[in-house]
Amino acid sequence: MSAPVSKAVFAVAVFALVGCEGPQSAFSGTAPESSRVIFLTWVMIIGGTIILAVVCGAIAAAISGPASWKRALRNERVILYGGIAFPVIVLTLLLFYGFVLLRAGDSLVSDENALRVAVVGEQWWWRVIYETRGGETFETANELRIPVGRTVAIELTSADVIHSFWVPAYAGKLDMIPGRTNTLHIKAKHPGLARGQCAEYCGGAHALMSFFVEALPEDEFEQWIEKEKSPALRNNEAGARLFHAVGCGGCHTVRGTSAKGVIGPDLTHVASRHSLAAAALDNDEAAFQRWLRMHQKIKPDNRMPGFDFLSDEEIAELASYLGGLE
Amino acid sequence: MSCPADYELPNPGPRPEGEREELLRIWKTPGGWRLPTAVNNTVIGLLYIGAAFAFFVGAGILALVMRTQLALPDNDLVSQNLYNQLFTVHGTTMMFLFAVPAMEALGVMLLPQMLAARDLPFPRLSAFAIWAYVVGGSVFFLTVFLDLAPKGGWFMYPPLTLTQFSPGDNADFWLLGIGFIEISAIAGAIEIIVGVLRTRPPGMSLDKLPIFGWAMLIFAGMIMVAFPAVILATMFLEIERAFGWPFFSPEGGGDPLLWQHLFWFFGHPEVYIIFLPAAGLVSMIVPTMARTPLVGYRLIVVALIATGFFSFGLWVHHMFATGIPAMSLAFFSAASMAVAIPSGIQIFSWIATIADSKGKYQINVPSLFVLGMLFIFTLGGLTGVMVAMIPFDLQAHDTYFIVAHMHYVMIGGMVFPLFACFYYWVPMVAKKRLSERLGRWTFWLMFIGFNVAFLPMHLTGLLGMPRRIWTYPSGLGWDGLNMISTIGAYMIAAGVLVFIIDLIRNFRVGEGGEPNPWGAGTLEFLPQDVYSTRSIPHITSRDTLWDQPNLAEEVESGQHYLPNAPTGGRETIVTSAIEAKPQYVVQMPGPGWAHVCAAVFTAACFLLLTIKVVTLAVICAGIAVVSCLVWVWDIDKGPDKGPVDIGGGHRLPVYMTGPSAHGWWAMIVLMIVAGSLYLAYLFSYLYTWTVTPEVWPDAADELASLRWPALSALSFVCGAAVYWFAQKSLGPRSARHALTPGLLLLGALLISAGLGFEIYGHWSAGLRGPQSSFDALTYMASFLTGEIVVAILIMTVYVTARHFTGKLDNVRFASLENTNLLVYYMTAQALIGLVVVHGFPRLVGAS
Repeated sequence: MSAPVSKAVFAVAVFALVGCEGPQSAFSGTAPESSRVIFLTWVMIIGGTIILAVVCGAIAAAISGPASWKRALRNERVILYGGIAFPVIVLTLLLFYGFVLLRAGDSLVSDENALRVAVVGEQWWWRVIYETRGGETFETANELRIPVGRTVAIELTSADVIHSFWVPAYAGKLDMIPGRTNTLHIKAKHPGLARGQCAEYCGGAHALMSFFVEALPEDEFEQWIEKEKSPALRNNEAGARLFHAVGCGGCHTVRGTSAKGVIGPDLTHVASRHSLAAAALDNDEAAFQRWLRMHQKIKPDNRMPGFDFLSDEEIAELASYLGGLE
Repeated sequence: MSCPADYELPNPGPRPEGEREELLRIWKTPGGWRLPTAVNNTVIGLLYIGAAFAFFVGAGILALVMRTQLALPDNDLVSQNLYNQLFTVHGTTMMFLFAVPAMEALGVMLLPQMLAARDLPFPRLSAFAIWAYVVGGSVFFLTVFLDLAPKGGWFMYPPLTLTQFSPGDNADFWLLGIGFIEISAIAGAIEIIVGVLRTRPPGMSLDKLPIFGWAMLIFAGMIMVAFPAVILATMFLEIERAFGWPFFSPEGGGDPLLWQHLFWFFGHPEVYIIFLPAAGLVSMIVPTMARTPLVGYRLIVVALIATGFFSFGLWVHHMFATGIPAMSLAFFSAASMAVAIPSGIQIFSWIATIADSKGKYQINVPSLFVLGMLFIFTLGGLTGVMVAMIPFDLQAHDTYFIVAHMHYVMIGGMVFPLFACFYYWVPMVAKKRLSERLGRWTFWLMFIGFNVAFLPMHLTGLLGMPRRIWTYPSGLGWDGLNMISTIGAYMIAAGVLVFIIDLIRNFRVGEGGEPNPWGAGTLEFLPQDVYSTRSIPHITSRDTLWDQPNLAEEVESGQHYLPNAPTGGRETIVTSAIEAKPQYVVQMPGPGWAHVCAAVFTAACFLLLTIKVVTLAVICAGIAVVSCLVWVWDIDKGPDKGPVDIGGGHRLPVYMTGPSAHGWWAMIVLMIVAGSLYLAYLFSYLYTWTVTPEVWPDAADELASLRWPALSALSFVCGAAVYWFAQKSLGPRSARHALTPGLLLLGALLISAGLGFEIYGHWSAGLRGPQSSFDALTYMASFLTGEIVVAILIMTVYVTARHFTGKLDNVRFASLENTNLLVYYMTAQALIGLVVVHGFPRLVGAS
């Protein structure tokens, strides 16, 4: 019974890992931290499979093995060796290995040259606040861009309930707890795009609270910073007027305009992001239109009021304006 | 093989006519519409298991709905709002309304039979707990159909569950559901501890206790320590929701992590609370199927105790991702791994026992489920070691890896043993066994289905899928794995369905089945009727039926202890805790409506409070209290019918007070529970100070002047002394002392005054609960003492009434003695509280 099962376990594991490595996989390992954990994971999966196979083998032998095996197995010493001595040794080794891994991340913590980014968990999106070298800050949302090779210290807080910040490709998760600040240190090995998601259930649309992290070469990152901290591009004046007339600015900021709301995400450069609505939608004009029409269906319970009173033309106008906020 | 060589029959020779008929009459299960009044453990045990199983099926159906939703990406079969309720109710029901109650139900059902006791020591208490659980649990479960169910996840982390983020009554229904399991768990713990320690058959010293008895003893001990933490947490949460006392809101100096500490200090041991009895069951079934004594009995007992002990050092491993300092994480990581060792001991003991089989190890439905458990639980234990590794856990935490891990541990550790035990113990209460053929179908469908459903989830989690998400996009590599899991879930459901069909076709409650179908060695397979065994056997070994082969016949012909009903009512033998020497015969209550009424109105009271219908709730509470008093009125029966002869030269009293009395033991258990609750409170107080010292007063003048706590302490101490003196003042029945009721009244006034001074002191110093966590926690000390004071006042009224009706004198004073134990405990707690609440802020503020 048991031996074929554990074989199947292993086959499934190998197949699935080779077959479907996604952008949110803990097996992608694009940072030293996450890579070390992958190695640990494999050690434990293989070790665990062997132990499981041995236990199953012992059970099979105890039931229908040769008499000599049964004689060996029924001795109380089997309990002492198998149930006490073996686990004590294995667990002690594993524990020390775990401590070594934990300490390995300390060098990032003490890196004084780290880029500081503050991320605030909100129901159900991510407020992201960058601090430039000059000390000025600017806000963006639902997306992080980080420079390759440089330590990033992400200060995690929450505006409402507990969230958890998790980008499996870079590091394990760390909770965002009201009243506390937790700092996560990551460092990208090479450029690339990874997906992250809120890992602590935070009510309502918890399932739709994701984000992207893009690692850029240092120079591209600096260009991005320059662009991102600047005010919004002027475009589609009619759409802009509508945006203000409808009252969007009560909740959203578009820097360089009169829209200075702080309740919802900053939209200054929303069109240049990888997704909309905390990765609930792709980012294009059609997506803006869908969002404006039926955002309560796409992301139920989100805090944005309905805009049913807008005509199709008005929605298209707004979407075009938003789609132009590169 | 004839045994009377090593023991003499307590009652040799034929028994007089009519004894069995009298036992049958006394222990008769009430019929028809009076069936709910029944208290016999086999009757209410069946109700208990049946209700738990119904919740298992219900919560399982919710899981199927969730699995159907998750079968495809971007599915919209179930709305976000409903899905969030589904997983909350699924988790809560499985943990609180199925797993823990099912294990207690097995204790209620099996322990008296394994110990050849006629019933549990407090039959109506169990019945009360069960009815409260059935009514309250059903209401909780039904909320999911009314869009009223909680949606905070089964561990209900604040601030999400505070009124600001969870308006409406949904979260309160969670607190309601938990309230009932708290009541029934504590009641169950009292029953089980007193039952195991004091109602064992003569000769069954602790080293001959069946492993299941050990497991249940440790189970109950863990409940005593663990449940108070969650009771306190739920009190905090409800008070914060209702009155805004900021225990968890950082704005008022509270801390959301306080909930997590309290919840997991309960929640992690709870997993072992569920697992230990199940492991105990396996330790009973394996030797029977091997027809050989358990190898390593002592090691298993040590392993069970060690598991209970370690399990309290693990709670922080649910909080590795909260940003707690690395050093304390290291401790909890080590403890989390250490707990694997006792499980290893048990698994290898079972393997050794199987290898030691006399003849071939019997493969039948119970043993298949045990083997299935060995595979599933071992795998779950290994993934448990994985998640104890902090770097790995930070990736796996709150993902489907954890969903997989905990289902492996709990379905493997508890559900499979439970099904094994269904098949194994059904012959004890039913006319025939369940079907071997259908049972095998059940097993294979469940076993294969389980692994198909949950094995892929390990991967789904590592590929980044968090738990508790109602939908997911395509393209993350999760689609196929989720579809496989859903297929597996339907296979499990098919297996459970086959089992239900088997129950419908073959399960008929009643006597007349094979007495010992599996050839087991333990007492529950002695010939039984409603009164349990005809006479209570004298035990000389662990596997009694194997070593005393004539026992069944001797017991059935009344040749052992207490073959009759000398007091004319329900009774069983109370023995000493270690050696099991007969001490006295306890007279037990029979069927009644009062405890049912108390349960129903307790449930109604909580329910009405939940939907904020306060007046009616208070009325229901009043009815519940009166019902309780009616119920206990005739359980203190007095010494008149004794002493009685139970055979073997033992002439025993039928009434007991002092440290030998079973009621005294129950009081001690209750005091330990209250003490654990208070320790959890002290932890919360000090913990909150470490997190937000800024809301603690830094000058003594912000606290009450020391006059008030001094007055309060004086009143409490004098009150306790007066109660003590009231007991001393009791005279013989013929000459009742008029002083007693006066003293009781004075004592009641004094302790009420003590509480009043304490609260007034805080109030006059300007402390208000909603202001800060300091104010709230300061008042909580008075609240926790106040609860006990209220209980004492009710008990005082009751004891006074007994005085006036001539049921209280210097021999028959168990009710006053128990009241006094509570008074002493309350006084000690109140004094500690006063010292902490008035001393600690002065101590830290001065520096």
